Amino acid sequence: MKIGICAKVTADTDARLSPSADGGSFEFSGKSVVGPYDMFAVEEAVQTKEKHGGDTVVFTVGAESDVLSQLRGSVLALGVDKAVIVEDPALANADALGVARALAKAIEAEGVDLVFCGKQAIDDDNVQVPAMIAGLLGWAQVSRVTAFAVDGTSFTATRAMDGGIKQVVSGNLPVLITAERGLNTPRYAKLPAIMKAKKKPTERRDLAALGLSAEAVAPKVSTSAYGSPPERPSGKIIEGDTDTVVAELVRLLREEAKVL
Amino acid sequence: MSSYEGVDFYRVDDLLSDEEKAIREAVRAWVEDRVLPIIERHYQEGTFPTDLAREMGEMGFLGANLSGYGCPGLNNVCYGLICQELERGDSAIRSFASVQGSLVMFPIHAYGSEEQKQRWLPRLARGEAIGCFGLTEPDFGSNPSGMITKAEDRGDHYLLNGAKMWITNGTLADVAVVWAKLDGVVHGFLVEEGMEGFSAPEMTGKHSLRASVTSELVFSDVRLPKENLLPGIRGLRGPLSCLNNARYGIAWGALGAATGCFHSATEYAKSRIQFDGPIARFQLVQDKLAWMLREITKGQLLAWRLGRMKDEGTLQHEQVSLAKMNNVDIALRIARTARDIHGANGILGEYPIMRHMANLESVYTYEGTHDIHNLVLGRWITGIPAFT
Ligand SMILES: Cc1cc2nc3c(=O)[nH]c(=O)nc-3n(C[C@H](O)[C@H](O)[C@H](O)COP(=O)(O)OP(=O)(O)OC[C@H]3O[C@@H](n4cnc5c(N)ncnc54)[C@H](O)[C@@H]3O)c2cc1C
Repeated sequence: MKIGICAKVTADTDARLSPSADGGSFEFSGKSVVGPYDMFAVEEAVQTKEKHGGDTVVFTVGAESDVLSQLRGSVLALGVDKAVIVEDPALANADALGVARALAKAIEAEGVDLVFCGKQAIDDDNVQVPAMIAGLLGWAQVSRVTAFAVDGTSFTATRAMDGGIKQVVSGNLPVLITAERGLNTPRYAKLPAIMKAKKKPTERRDLAALGLSAEAVAPKVSTSAYGSPPERPSGKIIEGDTDTVVAELVRLLREEAKVL
Repeated sequence: MSSYEGVDFYRVDDLLSDEEKAIREAVRAWVEDRVLPIIERHYQEGTFPTDLAREMGEMGFLGANLSGYGCPGLNNVCYGLICQELERGDSAIRSFASVQGSLVMFPIHAYGSEEQKQRWLPRLARGEAIGCFGLTEPDFGSNPSGMITKAEDRGDHYLLNGAKMWITNGTLADVAVVWAKLDGVVHGFLVEEGMEGFSAPEMTGKHSLRASVTSELVFSDVRLPKENLLPGIRGLRGPLSCLNNARYGIAWGALGAATGCFHSATEYAKSRIQFDGPIARFQLVQDKLAWMLREITKGQLLAWRLGRMKDEGTLQHEQVSLAKMNNVDIALRIARTARDIHGANGILGEYPIMRHMANLESVYTYEGTHDIHNLVLGRWITGIPAFT
């Protein structure tokens, strides 16, 4: 079996995102990581490989210089065998569909029949790429999966529904799975494995190598601006003895906040 | 508290390889998940989190800079970075790794017989077996050459008598590397848990390194098989070479504690309001923070350079002395200053400050006291030993 993972190197969970000065892009301070949902996907791919054998390959769209060390340190070091990085100037402003097209072609070229993605990246909250990849490939997709098993050419997956209801689905490969929290507990990278990850193969592909033209990934949706949320109004501090404070608080909650 | 990213004012990170940085991040993440949430309780209760031993082994923290026999085989800069991150958690965790790797696995690796290596190194690397290092005695600390513990050759075995004190991991250990005199010359012996006449009672009442086990080792007529002698070394050079390795790690480790304190002090100063504003706006407070940054930055450059020289094989032990004494000294002073900046909160377990501060008092003394390292440098400068 050949197992793929799509992973995005993005701002860490506690990094602060902010629009750039001209509003044309967004910036973040702090370190970049492979997103936490993608890490569930990585872990599931490695566990599936450990159970059934096969090869694992991680796919990403981005500049090699920005993503390679993160892919090595947190994906290849966990046991994934190879990385494919799709990098092309035409992808710099790609929308979700452009990214999905590039990833779908790369997945096809590798002959993968099972792909794990995080349910979403944690920066733009767009939640589109995995479904688009599955659509472009004509594959089944199961989203927000909390348990997964594969047996020969068939799979079973448990997914989270509203209200905590669990839905169990099954079908045949190929399939694209998106990982929800709870699917597994990602392992830590062991230090010797981090050193060995340096020697694992990484391949860079541009659009031409994937048989795609720049027009094929041209954005159909473009961002016109990013804006910050309004500043939160500052709180009110009520002073005085307990009785006064309580009375005043009740009055404000009733008259100003109108919540009582 | 906001996320911890260490301190890198002089872009020392640019001097590290991608793998070295990835290793530091991995250890840092492990410390945040596995050490920081539990360490204060262990410190208060005076217990070592024993279940972390195997995890540290699995992660590749133990004997990290040794190769073969199941050891991780990382370079010395990686070993230093591991110590730095572990000690940001607590000096007890770093001490455990230092003792296991540099004081137990190193001498077996360097001076042990093939059977000793096969028998002990893989299990010690995995954290399945725990080791301790017995050099210090009640009456011989800075002057180990005076040690009383002795082994006698009884034909088919050695007979070991004496006592060691202040031994990290002693009570937990499956194997003790014990330094004792045989015909007046210091030799290393592997004493195993359960041997008749050997006991390792824990020392209690410590105010420092409370999350580390410190013990006495008592030997009364312990019959040691002949094959338990470390065959590859004789003389004080044996234990001193071990200490030199461990001190190297401490030079890095102390920076972890210092950086943890600096981070906490900075966050606290920015959020603590007195006289209608954050205390971070006072010049006196800024002076303290600027001084901390200055010392940490210098210490980082010392540690980095030391690591590269160790990897090249050009390191002199006096250079290790300078880095150990400097970095522990500044870490201790940074911890005290951070305590001051935290005001009364500085004495609470809610902040890591007082714990680091109390721990560093031990680190200042063990592995060669601050002043003994001064004397080592004095001898290097003048050629005149002031302490023999
Ligand atoms: C928590 C803890 C864990 C330890 N773990 C271990 C361990 O695992 N294994 C082990 O073998 N040991 C261990 N030690 C012991 C440690 O290495 C010794 O404490 C250290 O070597 C100092 O010895 P001492 O305490 O006897 O102090 P002393 O040697 O009595 O020193 C007392 C003071 O006198 C000064 N002094 C001594 N000689 C001179 C001199 N010639 N000139 C000027 N000043 C001098 C010292 O600098 C110091 O200030 C540990 C200690 C502690 C506190």
